[in-house]
Amino acid sequence: MSGYLLLILSAVLVNNFVLNRFLGICPFLGVSKRLSTALGMSGAVVFVMTLASAVTWPLYHLLLKPLGLAYLQTILFILVIATLVQFVELVLRKHVPILYRALGIFLPLITTNCAVLGVAVLNVKNNLGFLQSVLHGFGAAVGFGLALVLFAGIREKLDRANPPKCFEGTALALVTAGLLSLAFMGFANLVKGI
Amino acid sequence: MSPFLSAVFVIGGAGAACAALLAVAARFLHVFEDPRVEAITNLLPGANCGGCGYAGCADYARAIVEKGAPVNLCRPCAAAALAEIARLMGVEAKPVEKMVAIVRCNGDAVRSRRAALYHGLADCVAADFTGGGGKVCREGCLGYGNCARVCPVGAITFQESLLAVVNPERCIGCGLCVKACPRHLIRLVPAGHEIHLLCSNRERGLVTRKACNVGCIACQKCVKHVNGQGIHMEGHLAVVDYTTPLPESLLEICPQHCFVKRSLLKPAPQPEPTPLS
Repeated sequence: MSGYLLLILSAVLVNNFVLNRFLGICPFLGVSKRLSTALGMSGAVVFVMTLASAVTWPLYHLLLKPLGLAYLQTILFILVIATLVQFVELVLRKHVPILYRALGIFLPLITTNCAVLGVAVLNVKNNLGFLQSVLHGFGAAVGFGLALVLFAGIREKLDRANPPKCFEGTALALVTAGLLSLAFMGFANLVKGI
Repeated sequence: MSPFLSAVFVIGGAGAACAALLAVAARFLHVFEDPRVEAITNLLPGANCGGCGYAGCADYARAIVEKGAPVNLCRPCAAAALAEIARLMGVEAKPVEKMVAIVRCNGDAVRSRRAALYHGLADCVAADFTGGGGKVCREGCLGYGNCARVCPVGAITFQESLLAVVNPERCIGCGLCVKACPRHLIRLVPAGHEIHLLCSNRERGLVTRKACNVGCIACQKCVKHVNGQGIHMEGHLAVVDYTTPLPESLLEICPQHCFVKRSLLKPAPQPEPTPLS
């Protein structure tokens, strides 16, 4: 049990997807201007990454590995994850309109995001079991969400500041992201991560 | 089976299965959406200003069709588009009078007096809390542009002069700036009116005169001049109620020159971008 908790903790803090593995930088910079959109995006990422981990595990271990086709994992994962997200979007729209309205516009944005593919590939590479894969996917997504929400909060405050002209906008965002990444280095070796 | 064939079958099969799943899902999970929603969304201005009280133009269009929201909530909407929306919904359109925002303060850095130099956050709310900003007048424009930041069409300029000025030709009357101003200086007024009173200071004349060269000192000359038609006193401040157009002669009557003609009111000049040396 504590092993599972450590797995999640390591994915959230120590091996944070954005700040440590540098995956998913595109939405990290793109949707971090406002806290409300950052929260919506985080919710969608948690949803998709957990689901993607759960679906890709049986595909790899029950289909690709026995047939000796492990080298096809990337192309198959992209195909399946993209389809899955589209399908889930349709189901949500029909049956859970509230959730669709909250996550709807973010779901298509992250269908083929590198963080989503990254978590599937990392699960395979580290030979995680099914439950471990799902928890790792969940933890990694929560870590992504944490980084995104922290960053959005800082950027909202920075909007009010008065930086030198040459630092305004993206330059300042990139500097801030770097500092945030440095701060997360403090968690290194806290948990022996995967 | 050769590795080549198995690879082709696995990827091909997975692709076909995914395609079949999506095709079936699209057929059975199809959600009927009223075509009028899209038509109305296209007719609305698309500024997503939120002035109607909904999250954006698409949200408002959905509210019109599904919840029967009034069709004339959109102030920036052109009259022709409004008529078309009303025709689509089968209701009669009552066009709304075009409203534009105006900042009821004319005390820029030259005309108003300063008590301190404010170097804090460039934000009106922050400045208001920090001893009321730098100006002596506690009810004048702070000039840090909270209104300009929320304006969806960039109609407000505020730089240099510590005074926000609305460009009435650009303003779409969404009212976001009205809510953003911590001192409640901005008001939506009918676009047809030319003469405006630009002061919100409710202090006595003696106090106002010490703070600003163009502040209302409650002499009531303007109220007497128009016989109470269109201007009334609220404490020590004359307030225009925009029921009748005001005469241009008020510009000369007011000893403090609080009245201005809007077409003569120039937005503050934007500073030239300084080239990097």
